[in-house]
Amino acid sequence: MVKIRIIPCLDVKDGRVVKGINFLNLIDAGDPVEQAKHYSDNGADEICFLDISASLENRDTMVNVVRKTANEVFIPLTVGGGISSIENIKALLKAGADKVSINSAAIKNPNIIKEASEYFGNQCIVVAVDAKKHKNDWFVYSHGGTKKTDLLALNWIEKVQNLGAGEILLTSMDKDGTKSGFDNELLSKVSEFLKIPLIASGGVGNLDHFYDGVIKGKADALLAASVFHFNEISIKEVKTYLKEKNINIRD
Amino acid sequence: MKKITIVDYGSGNVLSAQKSFIKIAKANDIDAEVLISKKLNDVKDSTHIVLPGQGAFSTCMNGLKKTDGLIDELNEFALIKKRPFLGICVGMQMLANTSEENGVHDGLGWIDGQIKLLHGHNLKLPHMGWNLAIPTSSKYNNLIATKNDYYFVHSYYFNCADRDNILAETKYGTNFASIVGKENIYGVQFHPEKSSSQGLNLLKEFIRI
Repeated sequence: MVKIRIIPCLDVKDGRVVKGINFLNLIDAGDPVEQAKHYSDNGADEICFLDISASLENRDTMVNVVRKTANEVFIPLTVGGGISSIENIKALLKAGADKVSINSAAIKNPNIIKEASEYFGNQCIVVAVDAKKHKNDWFVYSHGGTKKTDLLALNWIEKVQNLGAGEILLTSMDKDGTKSGFDNELLSKVSEFLKIPLIASGGVGNLDHFYDGVIKGKADALLAASVFHFNEISIKEVKTYLKEKNINIRD
Repeated sequence: MKKITIVDYGSGNVLSAQKSFIKIAKANDIDAEVLISKKLNDVKDSTHIVLPGQGAFSTCMNGLKKTDGLIDELNEFALIKKRPFLGICVGMQMLANTSEENGVHDGLGWIDGQIKLLHGHNLKLPHMGWNLAIPTSSKYNNLIATKNDYYFVHSYYFNCADRDNILAETKYGTNFASIVGKENIYGVQFHPEKSSSQGLNLLKEFIRI
């Protein structure tokens, strides 16, 4: 059966890594290609770049970053952040990205999911959802988690699945940065009805959290940033640990 | 000198395939030119052809048909000259007779079989991620000698009419053909260009044929 994927996520601003590996003497620690290569060499199953550039012009530099990465890194690459049109998607895929993740643009215009998945195939359209709990319900946030919407996360995820999303990248804003584990309650609720793969994101702090994300959250892939960047846990350790616990993992 | 042409008919990420061939040729001192092209002359002159494919089957077939004479030239290359040909993902599926994706559509018909939807209890689609390809026979299987993990992204699979054409199988809901082969024609359901060192190794074996 298909294996659980471990995905490191790098924040890239104006073509440079701003949240990435902090523990190695990389020749150029700001170089996204070098960082992606390091993770690929160390067992990452996929790489995720999140473009946090503020201006539109600087988003073009992401296309160049992707092109350079495709020269060196031969595992799947997902690019997210600020993607708002079919043209954006086309440019990134053409440069060597395998998937794009859409967030705010889909909230503004859900039809972009349908259009993009029909045009490029749903396998390359990831919908990223940032969710936060209010009383008993999770709400969707847009614009990098800064704006609350009226959308209920569970309804929204079901809707984007129906519109043709190929995968869901679900970040818990309650858990993000806390190192207290994934929001397995939210993940498992989504897993109950989801027919496409689910990537868990936000909150991982130790090896058990990865395990719980699979067993309790029923996620298909686990995304993490800071625990990897600060070498608190290596990808190899995660994989060895999960394997010992009989989770299906790629060596 | 090898001339490897990756057929360019508007299918998604073909750059990665080109980069991976360039990388392995360089690493193994293989003198090779790697093109992304739909020019009939390039197809004619090639020593190896790679047919990529992403998205819907019918969109891919229509993309091939859009260039006048391209399919004829590919037929000539693979069936008459019998030079090494590799289909990747939907490029592999196009080797079949027909596909059931969004209606029934004709493929190239080079390897007998139908493209069908993967099925199984609570099976998530697409089948996305790393999975094991296990060789089924050692017969003319130049591409993989041992079982290995490769990166898959697909919802449909190649249901081979002749089991002899299955070179490796993978389990997802059901066992399906992850590598097919018939004489000089090969197809892989996964993405070797996205499958790390083992994927590059497979591409190396292909250009060595």
